[in-house]
Amino acid sequence: MSEFDEMFKTSPKPGNAAKYVCHKALQKDIDVLKTKVPFPEPSDEEKVGLFLRKLNELRRSRRSVQLFLDICVRCGACVKQCHYYLGTEDPKNAPVGRAEILRKIYRRYFTIGGKLFGKLAGAEDLTPEYLEKELYTYFYQCTECRRCSVFCPYGIDTAEITMAAREALEEAGLATKYITEVIAKVHTIGNNLGIPKPALENTLEFVKDDIKDMYGVDVEIPLDKEKADILFVAPSADFFTNVDTLIGYILVLNKLGLDWTFSSYASEIANFGLFFSYREMEAIAARIIRVARQIGAKWVIAGECGHAWRAARQFWEQLNGPLPFKFMNVGEFTASMIRKGRLKFDPSKNADVKATLHDPCNYARAGNLVDEYRFILKHVLPEGNFIDMREDAIKVKTFCCGGGGGLLTDEIMELRMLGGKPKAMAVKEVVEKHGVNYLAAPCAIDKAQLPLVMKHWNVPVQVGGVHDLVAKALKWE
Amino acid sequence: MPEEVTLPSGKKIKLDDDGFLMDFDSWDEEVAKYLAEKEGIKELTEEHWKVINYLRDYYKKFQICPPIRQLVKETGFDLKYIYKLFPSGPAKGACKIAGAPKPTGCV
Repeated sequence: MSEFDEMFKTSPKPGNAAKYVCHKALQKDIDVLKTKVPFPEPSDEEKVGLFLRKLNELRRSRRSVQLFLDICVRCGACVKQCHYYLGTEDPKNAPVGRAEILRKIYRRYFTIGGKLFGKLAGAEDLTPEYLEKELYTYFYQCTECRRCSVFCPYGIDTAEITMAAREALEEAGLATKYITEVIAKVHTIGNNLGIPKPALENTLEFVKDDIKDMYGVDVEIPLDKEKADILFVAPSADFFTNVDTLIGYILVLNKLGLDWTFSSYASEIANFGLFFSYREMEAIAARIIRVARQIGAKWVIAGECGHAWRAARQFWEQLNGPLPFKFMNVGEFTASMIRKGRLKFDPSKNADVKATLHDPCNYARAGNLVDEYRFILKHVLPEGNFIDMREDAIKVKTFCCGGGGGLLTDEIMELRMLGGKPKAMAVKEVVEKHGVNYLAAPCAIDKAQLPLVMKHWNVPVQVGGVHDLVAKALKWE
Repeated sequence: MPEEVTLPSGKKIKLDDDGFLMDFDSWDEEVAKYLAEKEGIKELTEEHWKVINYLRDYYKKFQICPPIRQLVKETGFDLKYIYKLFPSGPAKGACKIAGAPKPTGCV
């Protein structure tokens, strides 16, 4: 039996994951949020009331929430499909178990059976302790990756339940430091990392020189152009840790000779609002949409970032529309340019790379992006140097990196490593069988999480972007 | 929870949940040595200081740490060597000792 298959031999260990609790939000960040988190901190009684009021509002306004709370038959098909259940074996981390934490409250306050028969009908009173120990703890142990939904006979989208639970928690003043800190930076500075405009300018100058040194090419890296056909918005991590991916975008855009620009105001494609609040999601997206309108962009191109793509594809039009431009992911963009014959490659430049692709959950299960990145990799790598992992760990069945959904925070590092194990074991197989040495991960969260996961589980691969390899193989003449 | 620490000289500093200095301007050599020790670095060598001073200067100018690649190029140390100097890495090790706040976002 392979190490991958071994993981599915689990035995429930109740309470095993109760110790993984995310740091609570700081007041200075909450003050900047668009949502009205109560301050000073509400009393325990108020918290319960606020949570229930929001839950009631959500079940009424989003049909999906009520539907998904009602229709689960507790068949258990989802249980072993969750990386966090496999990692912690805590039944409350099984998707059905986690959802049950919210369903108990839903039944108690919003169904006749629950109101009349209480515990007999699977209902539970909401107490301040339940808010903290059950709802806050376990709903911040879900990466909203939605792998469970692929296996649910009813198609229950568990991420919708997590989002609703977190949204109601936030209403009661319970949010995480990691997410709120990031969002506060977007609202005040423009991006998750908090890179101010002068720093961004300096970075782009550095990158321009670096490209000249590496590739001998003079490129233009426009920032804040007044008018442009294309607004390119990358995850800000690409200006910090993933500069090789950034160079890939810049080379492609320069090679094509298009009229494009970066923006310092809209310098973040990631949208942490997706993790817990529609209002935040709308406000974060609004920055990009405002700039795109101002400069008359015909297209917005989103950089390598998984959940940003989900936010764009599933929510931009609904929350911020109608939009006077079209948008696409950089994977679609580069793939379409290759298809049109406008980009040529010398794959021998990547002769030392044998790659496999980690499908970011939000591309594969929420963004209709499965083939494009494979198509690109096959063009920039020598024939036979792209190897897919086992079928049940890729494409729509991709296992999460273990750090998405707003959980890329250090206080739960142990949980992150446990959650990353299924992906690590799948990668390990292709490393051992085929000598894969590069794990392509077209998402900024992956690029931060997967190197740690691979190191933790002793899988010797380099983790990097897809456009890193595009840059190396791109032909200039 | 954030904590207040008293250093041997009697100076008091505030650290956040993850042990990062909360006030960039409260940094001095003693603070650096204290933070380095917590990262398991017994002695700050000239090479450590080269990295730390570069990060301090950059942060003062731009209110953020530089891209890791820029740090590599400007100091002349490759990434492997930086990890040798600062086992927790450039962002969560070197920047921390230089008194910068914890990087946020997808890093």
